[in-house]
This record gives sequence, C-alpha cells and structure tokens, in this order.
Amino acid sequence: MADIGAMAPEVVCLQGVCKSYGVGTPREVEVLHGIDLVLRRGEFCALIGPSGSGKSTMLNLIGLLDRPTAGTLFIEGHDTRRLDDAALTRLRGRSIGFVFQHHHLIGAFTAAENIMMPLLLDRSRPDAAMRRSAERLLDRVGLLPWKDSRVGNLSGGQQQRVAIARALAMSPALVLADEPTGNLDTKSADGVFDLLREMNRESRTTFLIVTHDPRLAQRCDRIVEVVDGRIVADGAVEEFRRIARS
Amino acid sequence: MRSWLPFEWIAAIRFLRDGWMQTIFILAGVSMGVAVIVFMSALLTGLQANFLSRVLSAQAHLVLLPPDEVARPLRAAEGLVQDAVVQRPSQRIRSIDQWQTLLRQMQAMPQVAEATPVASGGALAMRGEASRSITLTGVEPEGYFRIVRLPDSIVAGQPRLTSEDIVIGTDLASEIGVGVGDKLRVTTATGRDATLTVTGLFDLGNRGVNERSTFVALRTAQSLLGLTGGVTSLQITVRDPYAAETVAQLAQGMTGIRADSWIRTNLQFFTAVNAQQTSNTVIRLSVGLSVALGIASVLVVSVVQRSREIGILRAMGARRGQILRVFLIQGGVLGLLGALIGSAAGAGALVAWHASVRQADGSQLFPLIIQPQLFVIAAVLAAVTGVLAAMAPALRAARLDPVVAIRG
Repeated sequence: MADIGAMAPEVVCLQGVCKSYGVGTPREVEVLHGIDLVLRRGEFCALIGPSGSGKSTMLNLIGLLDRPTAGTLFIEGHDTRRLDDAALTRLRGRSIGFVFQHHHLIGAFTAAENIMMPLLLDRSRPDAAMRRSAERLLDRVGLLPWKDSRVGNLSGGQQQRVAIARALAMSPALVLADEPTGNLDTKSADGVFDLLREMNRESRTTFLIVTHDPRLAQRCDRIVEVVDGRIVADGAVEEFRRIARS
Repeated sequence: MRSWLPFEWIAAIRFLRDGWMQTIFILAGVSMGVAVIVFMSALLTGLQANFLSRVLSAQAHLVLLPPDEVARPLRAAEGLVQDAVVQRPSQRIRSIDQWQTLLRQMQAMPQVAEATPVASGGALAMRGEASRSITLTGVEPEGYFRIVRLPDSIVAGQPRLTSEDIVIGTDLASEIGVGVGDKLRVTTATGRDATLTVTGLFDLGNRGVNERSTFVALRTAQSLLGLTGGVTSLQITVRDPYAAETVAQLAQGMTGIRADSWIRTNLQFFTAVNAQQTSNTVIRLSVGLSVALGIASVLVVSVVQRSREIGILRAMGARRGQILRVFLIQGGVLGLLGALIGSAAGAGALVAWHASVRQADGSQLFPLIIQPQLFVIAAVLAAVTGVLAAMAPALRAARLDPVVAIRG
C-alpha cells in the first residue's frame, strides 16, 4: 500500500466486490472476484492490467455506472447498496468525474458549455457563477481563448484538456480516467498527464487512472495491477520499479 | 446558453440545431402536412359555411304545416271495410287551425329565434297577353325578412310590401316584360284576382326560383287564396340551425301538426357534408400519422447517433427523466414549429387559391373563412403529436445503459 494519504479519509472502499455477467443463465461468468481496495483523498493511482482483466468493469463499478453482484462499495462513506438509481445518479454527479479515452465531449456545445454541463445537470438552470467557474477551469487547462469554440474545432489534446476540466467542474472527490492519453501522441499525452498530476496536487482530488502505458503508470504514486479479475499487486510505484529492476 | 431555460430545453434546442439538416427536412415534412390540413379544413369550412348560409338565408329552419287530408275507407258496418281501394285525396289549400295560438307557442320556445305566418299557393301572373304560373307567398315583411333575407337579394326597387305591392324575381320580370313600378295582374284558382304594383325585383341565384316565386303582403295573399284570416304555414328559425330537427320533433309533439326541419328537407346536402367530413377526417388522420412517424423516425436516428453523448450525460449525473424530457421537447418543438410554418403556408396557399379561382362571371367562388382557432388547434395538435411521437425514442434514450452507451 502506498504511504501517500495513508491517514487521509477514504474516498473509495471496495470490500469483497464481485461482478458477474449473465447471472442465473448458463452463460454466467464472474469477471471480478472479491476485490478489496481503498483509495484515500489525494491519491494518484494507476490501474494496470492486460486487456480483459477487469479494469474497465472495476472502473464502471467505482464510477457507479454499474452495481456489484456481491460485496460492498463505499463512495465517500456512502454504502452504495442502500442507494436507489436516483440517489446513485446524484452521488455520481456530485462526487465523481470521468475522463475517457475518447474525450466524449458533447459536440452541440462549446468548450465552456461542456465544462458547465455537470453543474447544469445538478442545478438545472445556467447562471453566471457556472460560467465563471467554467472559464476558470478553461484558463487552468490553458484553453480560455477557445471558450466559445465548438469542441469539434479543437485538437485531440485540447479536447482531452476540456474533458479533464469538465471532470473537475463539480470539484469531485474522485476522478476516474479510462486511458486518458490512449488517443494522443506522446507529446500531447505527456501534457495531459502533467495536467492530471497538477490538478491532483492542487485540489487533492483522488485520481484512478486506467492505463496500458507503463511509462505513465510509473509517474503515478501508486499502482494497482489487476489480472483475471483479481488484484495481484498493489503498492507504491517505487516498489514496482524495484521489482522490475530485480 | 439562455439563463432562463432549464437544461432539457437547452439540450433539446442545441441537438436540433446541431443536426440542422435532419431538422430542416423533418420541419419541411411537418409543415407540409400541417399546411395540407389547414388548407383542406379552411376550404371545407368555407364551402360548407357558404352553402349553409345560402340554404339558410333562403328558407326557414322549420316549417309548421297543416296535416295532409286523408280519405277514410267506406265501412259497411263496424270493422267491415266495404271499399278496400282508397285514393289519396288532392290537397286543398288549407289554413292551420288556431295558428295564432300556435305562433305564440312557438315564439315562447327558448330555442326559437323567429316565427312568422305565411300564406302561399299557386296563381297566375298576367301582363297583356303574357301569363306565367307563379307561387304566391304572402308574408308579414318584418318577421319574414328576418328569416329569408330577401332584401339582400333585391337587385331593383325595394322590398316594400303594402297590400297592393308585389316583389317578383328577375326572370319572371323579363319573361312577362315588367319592371319596378309596373302593374301586374295576379289571378288564383279561386277566381279572385288583383292588380298589384311591382315594387322590387330579386335575384336568388336560381332561375327556377326567380321565375316562380313572388312575394305579397300576408293580407293580400289571404284574400287572393281564399284564406280569410288563415295561413298555410308557420315559418320558424331556431337559434342553433343544427338542432332544427330536434326542435321540429318537439314542436310536433307540442302542437300535433306536421313540422318539417330544413335538415329533413335537405337530406342530400347533409349526406354530402357528412361524406366530405369523413373523407376530410381520414385525410387529416393519415397526414397526422405521417407527421408523427416522420418525427419519431428522425428522433430514433438522433437517439442512435447521440447514444454516447446520452451515456456521458448520464455518467455526469443526468437523470433518466431529464434525458426523457430532452427528446420529448425535441418532438414537441418540431411539431409546434412545423405547425406554425405549415399554418402560415396553408393560409397563404388558401389566399392565393381563393384569389386565382373565380366563378365564370369573375366573382369570388365563396367567401374565404380563415378561423384563428384553426391555427391554434393545428399548433396544439401538432405539438402534442410531436411529443407523443417522441415518446418511444425518448424512452429508449432514457433507458440507455450508460456503460453500453459510452462503450458504443
């Protein structure tokens, strides 16, 4: 376990979490087997593993986009088993930000409006404070001059920066990033990763980043490795480096 | 973003603007559908109203008539008919018994707007060597002209009816060679005759009527027809012309004499109106269905195209209800905008058509009736149709699993 934030409050806590698909059918398959994981405030954690190991399923469960078949999942102390669909949606909107491999911005809106979107969904009507908040975030990711540009007119790296700003719009406790640099060239990928890191340090937001890129994973504080639906390694990045060297 | 609009409206309008090509095409489709409905409805309303107005301004809604004379079979004894063949007797001109009482009864009915006595029968109009058979109608001008708008059809002279005046049709006037101010001798089958002054010529738009119909004062007709103090019918208008048959049955029940409504005497017209209305309804429903299917198909495509965006919105905290409303609003906006454009186009087409199509003499075919409520109804119905048509795609969008939607 990483030392960073060992005494900090828990943001995510998985206890014996299992996930099966096709439950009750002959094709039932369990893809996660009793996952135990705690992420604390301010952690910057990489989730690695081969394709089909269960990383995305884990991310969907932690992101409250799906429910575990067994086990318990706490987000900021809320036992998600007790929450109905509406409450889960509310918790997801307020506590979790998402960054995807494909930025998944909404093409009908400008860069600033995309960043305002989580706030708009939460408060229903736009206001000046939302606009100011979106512009501040755009400034932070270096895209203020493009605030009124349609997202389709931005480059891939710029779009991903907008997506990062959008993920932080609600000042969430947790940001889940699924291959956030997977679609970018090395230079843009480094820039986006640096930005994630800066955001983590500035706001003490917890980041869980799924990546296949060992170079980027080693720039995190902690690495969790999943193989065949089980956590096979979990520790500070230095430990991984030491194991790799030996 | 407009600060007064909630998320659902902002997203719906942006999605419509973003897919502008689809939006324009479906708007054109909805507009055309609504234009057809508006055009057809206004056209038929105008035609019917015009026809109805012509029919009702030339006749009473209700006529009370004396009962037909019937022959009784000759009986040899109680229950024994001696002569089984009974011929229908010829109908004499007879007065309605106690007509003043009946008139007061009719005038007291809340459904009745106007009631007036009429004495009519056949006669011969003569001028020199020329003679024509005519229908002599004796009226009390004040009451009768409120039922039959004869003064509106006067083309020469005036509708003055003192005891020595007569108003005749233009065709009769030209056939026997009389004009306003000329004398006309009228003789009836009873042998009575009178020389009357032609005070007005009317044109009721029907040659047969213009040839045969003549109007005199009630007392003059009573004298000529041998109906001293009597009348042959009571002519009545009711407040709701379509309730005339009901009022006729009521009057018949109250008085015991025959009551004919204009609905019964113009049965063919009503059959034609009903057939028109049925075909109009079928066309409107078909067009409405096409509009609904068009909106639904465009929104289904939109949901498929935007499923990832819907998924990401759900991931960001959008509730199912919010997603549902985004697509319902799109349906409603498409319907409403289409209705507004279609109503304007339909009204424009109607005005253009009305201006270009004329009768042989250059006059307008019928008065144009554009009812504002038609547009309001079209707008409301189109918006509701749009919302209903959007229901299936909206439900599909709201039920999208965000994980599946984001993965694509």
